[in-house]
Amino acid sequence: MIPDLGKYAGAVLSSYAASILLIGALVALSLWRSARVKRALKEIEERQGKTNG
Amino acid sequence: MIALLVRDLRLAMRAGGGFGLGLAFFLLVTVLVPLGVGPEGATLAKIAPGILWVGALLACLLSLDRVFALDFEDGSLDLLATAPIPLEGVVAVKSAAHWIVTGLPLTLIAPVLAVLLHLPEGGYLWLVVSLALGTPALSVIGTFGAALTVGLKRGGLLLSLLVLPLYVPTLIFGAEVVKRGAEGMAIATPLLLLAGITAGAAALLPFASAAAIRINLR
Amino acid sequence: MSIWEYANPKKFMQTSAWALPWVTVLSVLCLLGGLVWGFFFTPDDYKQGSTVKIIYLHVPAAMMAINAWVMMLVTSLIWIVRRHHVSALAAKAAAPIGMTFTLIALVTGAIWGQPMWGTWWEWDPRLTSFLILFLFYLGYMALWEAIENPDTAADLTSVLCMVGSVFAILSRYAVNFWNQGLHQGASLSLDKEENVSDVYWFPLLICIAGFVLLFVTLVLLRTRTEIRARRIQALQAREKLA
Repeated sequence: MIPDLGKYAGAVLSSYAASILLIGALVALSLWRSARVKRALKEIEERQGKTNG
Repeated sequence: MIALLVRDLRLAMRAGGGFGLGLAFFLLVTVLVPLGVGPEGATLAKIAPGILWVGALLACLLSLDRVFALDFEDGSLDLLATAPIPLEGVVAVKSAAHWIVTGLPLTLIAPVLAVLLHLPEGGYLWLVVSLALGTPALSVIGTFGAALTVGLKRGGLLLSLLVLPLYVPTLIFGAEVVKRGAEGMAIATPLLLLAGITAGAAALLPFASAAAIRINLR
Repeated sequence: MSIWEYANPKKFMQTSAWALPWVTVLSVLCLLGGLVWGFFFTPDDYKQGSTVKIIYLHVPAAMMAINAWVMMLVTSLIWIVRRHHVSALAAKAAAPIGMTFTLIALVTGAIWGQPMWGTWWEWDPRLTSFLILFLFYLGYMALWEAIENPDTAADLTSVLCMVGSVFAILSRYAVNFWNQGLHQGASLSLDKEENVSDVYWFPLLICIAGFVLLFVTLVLLRTRTEIRARRIQALQAREKLA
């Protein structure tokens, strides 16, 4: 299944690995912050809902 | 506006720091580099234009955070912003004062320091010319950076991070002029481009700086 | 019905909530499809061997690194002219993505350069200007972080983005000029679109589409986060008053 990369296997694989790692980190950070902010907003909206209502 | 220029110059002289510090820093850089690189004259001669330009650029950077900081702290920047002269003019005068205090002395002392670095003979004239043409751009661009960070507590490091990328074209063309001059090649193209950057920056950036100050004072 | 309707945060949140799953799925499909096609089913180049497969990451990342800055410039202009908050927040959201893409382009370029040019780093005009672009992203993001008042931060970063764009273009030409002056870069120049044959072209196209979609997905997601964060700030301010 894995194609024969010849003598450049290290270069090709490491550049794929590095890119996937970087994109993965970016996506993970974005999702993590999104979830955290979403939770914080929900919390604060519920609290305000109580005090207002 | 002339009164403002005189006032800024006098303050810079009296505060003592700004005036001598940049020059001392420039001297230190040109002394430290041969200590790190080694004393071979040929190597030093080759890197001399770059070292001198980078040294001048960093020395310029040192005093940038003072361009507006004192005026911001004692409130006179608010007065200047509401004064009858346009803020763009104030900013231009400020960068002119900064240039006279740092850029001009750096230009004048550079040939002396060039001796330390074995700059080839053809390079001296172009070193002075390129610094004289280029350092005003450094002051104007730096004033823009100072205007962006004027209200910030720890603005110094951020200021360098913002300003240094903007210095890239000036540095490249300035050092190129000296390099070509030292090797006896034609210098017209980089010299014209350097002058063009300075003229363009001096004409347009005060508007951006003034806008940044208005935002910061709001 | 005009495009400015989407500048309303509420409308933007509704529309982006609807669009987000679609672009997410599409971008995953394109990226997976393009990369798998490129990695497993394309032949080696007769000259570059298997390193040609790096092109599917390197070229799209480099393109989007520049396009992200252009998008930030446009949204900054919209913020300055029309004062739509969503626009400023979208610029803020795009900066880290653009920076990551710049980093990918630099890293894959270095790894590609090692076997092809015999060096990890060459002060080639393109490489150098990407390094400078990376510095611009750093400065832009640092300014966002440093200023507390969100509107002031949006204004100042917009001004910086506009001035920075001019200087970025200047730097690009300066760097070209500078390297010519030093030595011929031609023997080391990246041979790109000129000699890319169809075998590589189609998977590359899909990968580019994948990176564009990934960028859109992440910008939408991050802009939504920024809008929520802004709402939290507003609510907290109201709590303090009450």
